[in-house]
Amino acid sequence: MFLINCPFCGERDQSEFSSGGEAHIVRPKQPTELSDDEWAEYLFMRKNIKGVQFERWNHTHGCRKWFNVVRDTSNDKILSVYKMGEKPPENYK
Amino acid sequence: MPNYRIHKTEYIDETKRVSFKYDGKTYFGYEGDTLASALLANGIHLVGRSFKYHRPRGIVSCGAEEPNAICQIGSKKDLTEPNVRATELELYEGLEASSQNCWPNVKFDIGGINNLISPLIPAGFYYKTFMWPKSFWKKVYEPLIRLSAGLGKSPTEPDPDIYDHKHVHYDVLVIGGGVSGIIAAKMAAKNNLKTLLVDEKKILGGSTIYQNNESIKIDDKLSSEWLKNEIQEIKKLNNLTIKTRTSIAAYHGYNFLLAKENLTDHLPEEKKKNKIRQRLWKIRAKKVVIATGSIERPLVFNNNDRPGILLSNSIKKYLDYYGVTCGENIILFTNNDSAYETSISLHKKGIKNIIVDLRKSASSELIKQAESLGIKIYFNHVVTNTFGYRKINSLEIMKLSEDGNTTVGNKIRLSCDCLGMSGGWTPMVHMHTQSGGKLDFRDEDQVFLPKENSEDQISVGSCNGDFDLDNIIDKTVNKINKFLDIDNQDYQDTNIICSKENDKRNIWLLPNKIPLGKTKCFVDFQNDSTAKDIKLALKEGFRSIEHVKRYTTTGMATDQGKLSNMHALGIIADTAGVKMGTLGTTTFRPPFTPLTFGTLVGRNVGKFFEVVRKTSIHEWHVENNAEFENVGQWKRPWYYPKNGENMHDAVQRESKAARDSAGILDASTLGKIDIQGTDASEFLNRVYTNSWSKLAIGKCRYGLMLNEDGMVYDDGVTTRISENHYLMTTTTGGAANVLSKLEDYLQTEWPELDVYLTSVTDHYSTASICGPNSKKILNKLFPNLDLSDENFPHMSFKEEKLENINCRIMRISFTGELSYEINIESKYGHSLWKMCIEAGKEFNLTPYGTETMHLLRAEKGFIIVGQDTDGTMTPSDLQMDWIVSKKKYDFIGKRSLYRSDTIREDRKQLVGLLTDDPKEILEEGAQIVSDVKSKPIDMLGHVTSSYFSPNLNKSIALAVVRSGKTMKGQKLIIPMENKNINVTVSDTIFLDKENERLNA
Ligand SMILES: [Zn+2]
Repeated sequence: MFLINCPFCGERDQSEFSSGGEAHIVRPKQPTELSDDEWAEYLFMRKNIKGVQFERWNHTHGCRKWFNVVRDTSNDKILSVYKMGEKPPENYK
Repeated sequence: MPNYRIHKTEYIDETKRVSFKYDGKTYFGYEGDTLASALLANGIHLVGRSFKYHRPRGIVSCGAEEPNAICQIGSKKDLTEPNVRATELELYEGLEASSQNCWPNVKFDIGGINNLISPLIPAGFYYKTFMWPKSFWKKVYEPLIRLSAGLGKSPTEPDPDIYDHKHVHYDVLVIGGGVSGIIAAKMAAKNNLKTLLVDEKKILGGSTIYQNNESIKIDDKLSSEWLKNEIQEIKKLNNLTIKTRTSIAAYHGYNFLLAKENLTDHLPEEKKKNKIRQRLWKIRAKKVVIATGSIERPLVFNNNDRPGILLSNSIKKYLDYYGVTCGENIILFTNNDSAYETSISLHKKGIKNIIVDLRKSASSELIKQAESLGIKIYFNHVVTNTFGYRKINSLEIMKLSEDGNTTVGNKIRLSCDCLGMSGGWTPMVHMHTQSGGKLDFRDEDQVFLPKENSEDQISVGSCNGDFDLDNIIDKTVNKINKFLDIDNQDYQDTNIICSKENDKRNIWLLPNKIPLGKTKCFVDFQNDSTAKDIKLALKEGFRSIEHVKRYTTTGMATDQGKLSNMHALGIIADTAGVKMGTLGTTTFRPPFTPLTFGTLVGRNVGKFFEVVRKTSIHEWHVENNAEFENVGQWKRPWYYPKNGENMHDAVQRESKAARDSAGILDASTLGKIDIQGTDASEFLNRVYTNSWSKLAIGKCRYGLMLNEDGMVYDDGVTTRISENHYLMTTTTGGAANVLSKLEDYLQTEWPELDVYLTSVTDHYSTASICGPNSKKILNKLFPNLDLSDENFPHMSFKEEKLENINCRIMRISFTGELSYEINIESKYGHSLWKMCIEAGKEFNLTPYGTETMHLLRAEKGFIIVGQDTDGTMTPSDLQMDWIVSKKKYDFIGKRSLYRSDTIREDRKQLVGLLTDDPKEILEEGAQIVSDVKSKPIDMLGHVTSSYFSPNLNKSIALAVVRSGKTMKGQKLIIPMENKNINVTVSDTIFLDKENERLNA
């Protein structure tokens, strides 16, 4: 059961949050210009790596804000949280 | 009756005699006893039959690791509890316990025949034998296995006990109240850290609390006396909470732990009443100190499972703590020094005992002490066999060869009535590994140890592999100072004297002259797995410890292999010729000891099981005899039976009334999202498939929402209330998800849009009145409202007052009839409804429920998202291409609508079905085929909605069928269990294709 530091509310129990999968997958601005393969890449393909992963979380039972989380999936340690639109921390790349 | 209680101890209150029943017979013990200690005091060792071979089994241990002494408590249908360890159950007046897994009784057990045919029950027996013929499984094998196996009986009625949950936060949690845990808790609490100390036992002190050996002293006192003083000290600390009878069940990430506190299990029946039985503590701790100690290992030799064979240190605890001796002529078989403490304790109390030590020789304070007391020691010897059916009566020992691989010389037969075994100590690393910690293997004494301690978790004491008392205390103090970043000096000058173990020798599977195939060297007592089974599994090709474990069922019983896992690993390593440390261990999964379901669910039972949402009109529905349907958390009226009608009759009546005159539906549960902002129209354009820019103020429009994969996600009518203000409705079940999805897009993809979303589902109640007379009823309620088609046409919206209360009225229809939805603030919902009913009386206004609503909309071919769709249907699959804008550049899911897969022509598509026999009603979910002769039968689709329509006087159905769009008029077959039903593919709209009724 993680403790997640919501950038708007502070540290809260995981049960207040829901996970939204991999972060920084931008919806294409012009989907109609894309081939089936390119669209499928956006739609279906996710990394799901063992190690440092950038993911989206929503404070569902709190402020309802979406934000980003850097999590090491091998030990579940959350290394960083930052708001939507902010640049991902460089040192984990 | 024999009495094995031979001396008084401070932990047994001999002034308080307690009577209890075991297997129907009454016995006596004392307050302070466990069921196990009381049974042993009465000379009872035999407590059950083994799982597979039904061999007689006795009490082995004195704690949570007990594999044999598990019993059924009580006999009441609602309160009986199986699998309770007698070694943990505190004795109370009136306790009724019985042995498990033996029929007809523990002394004569019919399953014992399995013991005689045991060569026929090898590892993987169940997998190999009961596989075929398949028809035998249900009628022969399963009942047979269930009758003769089975571990206890479940209660058959709901548990009447009260359970509780509690959330707590601490700076430091210390698990285990032995010597190292007590030191850690004291150091933390004295440094102003809010500390919680939990221990599973009734009192603190671990195994040191009954330590009475002269060679182990702290500050010139017996270690037990010193520790009692420490316990008095910590009880005075303000920052420290001490919870005894509390065991940690699970250690989750981020130092979130679950603990079970036992509050009444030790109380007599009448004192349990109306009290909380168990409490589940949900603990968040900044730092966790694991001080869970270690458990003694058995030794694996032939017939090591007879009643009267116990762990050596358990014999010591029964003697020194409970005042009970496990025998009068005891042999201790060991590979380490700790059995010598047991021997000396027994000797002091006048119990005759000898030691068989497999080490070639050994020297330490303890051994010198034993030798000087004249205790006979056989070094370099092993037990090769034991005798006695219901209890051990003698054994054979032999000398070990130089390399320890075999035995040499003559057998020596020794008589005894009890055998203590000590194969060394296994650190309890369960908590460490549950928290995600890794393990190291220490070859010297063959133990797994916590590999590294993280910044928020540390192991101290013998669970960290420190076994000698001076080591335990010194290392605990140093580690805790560092871990908590404090500088505690309390133990600076503590003077510790203890015996040091100098000699180690371990053999996982002890040698024997008898071939292994003819021995019974038990590794897992509870699941009856032997060394032979493990070797057979290896021979058959199993290599991974996880596979061997499952194939032989070693470590898979209710004790989770606390006593057996290490030996299984050791035997595998030795047999496969690999180093034990490279094998890894099996995973230690929570709970550490079994939890009751009651503890897990706490107060969330009965009406607190799940949240129930009721509309403001709910009480009226109850008063008017509604049957309810659960839709998500909502209770919705399903139908309103009158004069004993069944569901079918009620629905037929309601449906007819709605089309013939007027019907009324509580539509309050539909999701309602208030959308405001200068970009609200643009936002709707992006989330719905159709266009919203040109929707006039005061008008309503139906919208279909897709997922990005092009599949239909939700639908509903949205009303433009003013220039920048819309009210969206969603399906009842989809409301929360739709809001989340819309928020997601607004916050992450389109933050530039000026749009605000508010859920107003609970804020408004909705009465939906439909039918040809609905306009007349509206007119009675709102006499000043111009209801003409010119002023208030279909798909439009008006605001009007009802006795000064503002109402939002939409003329929209989900039934195909002329229809109005009246929305009012929820606090007025009940009044509004009653006024509608009153106004509708002269028109036979009939309340109808969800079933009639579903029927009416099916007559019109309107889909229900989630019933006619399942996340794989595109708008085109639903024959709803008309709602997909061709002009819009983009909306959620648009690009997916022309992926190669979504444009396939043979997708499953929505069609209507008419049965050849108009009275025949199809089953929803039934499969659809065109040919029943070909094998395998090609499945074309399934029925999604099916009703008997009273307005059409025939059966109608909606279905999804492969290439259905092109199949109108085609004959298909619905194969059922007893017959094939013939159907014809039809249009999806069965009634009023021209929409004339909307303007009736
Ligand atoms: Zn928040």
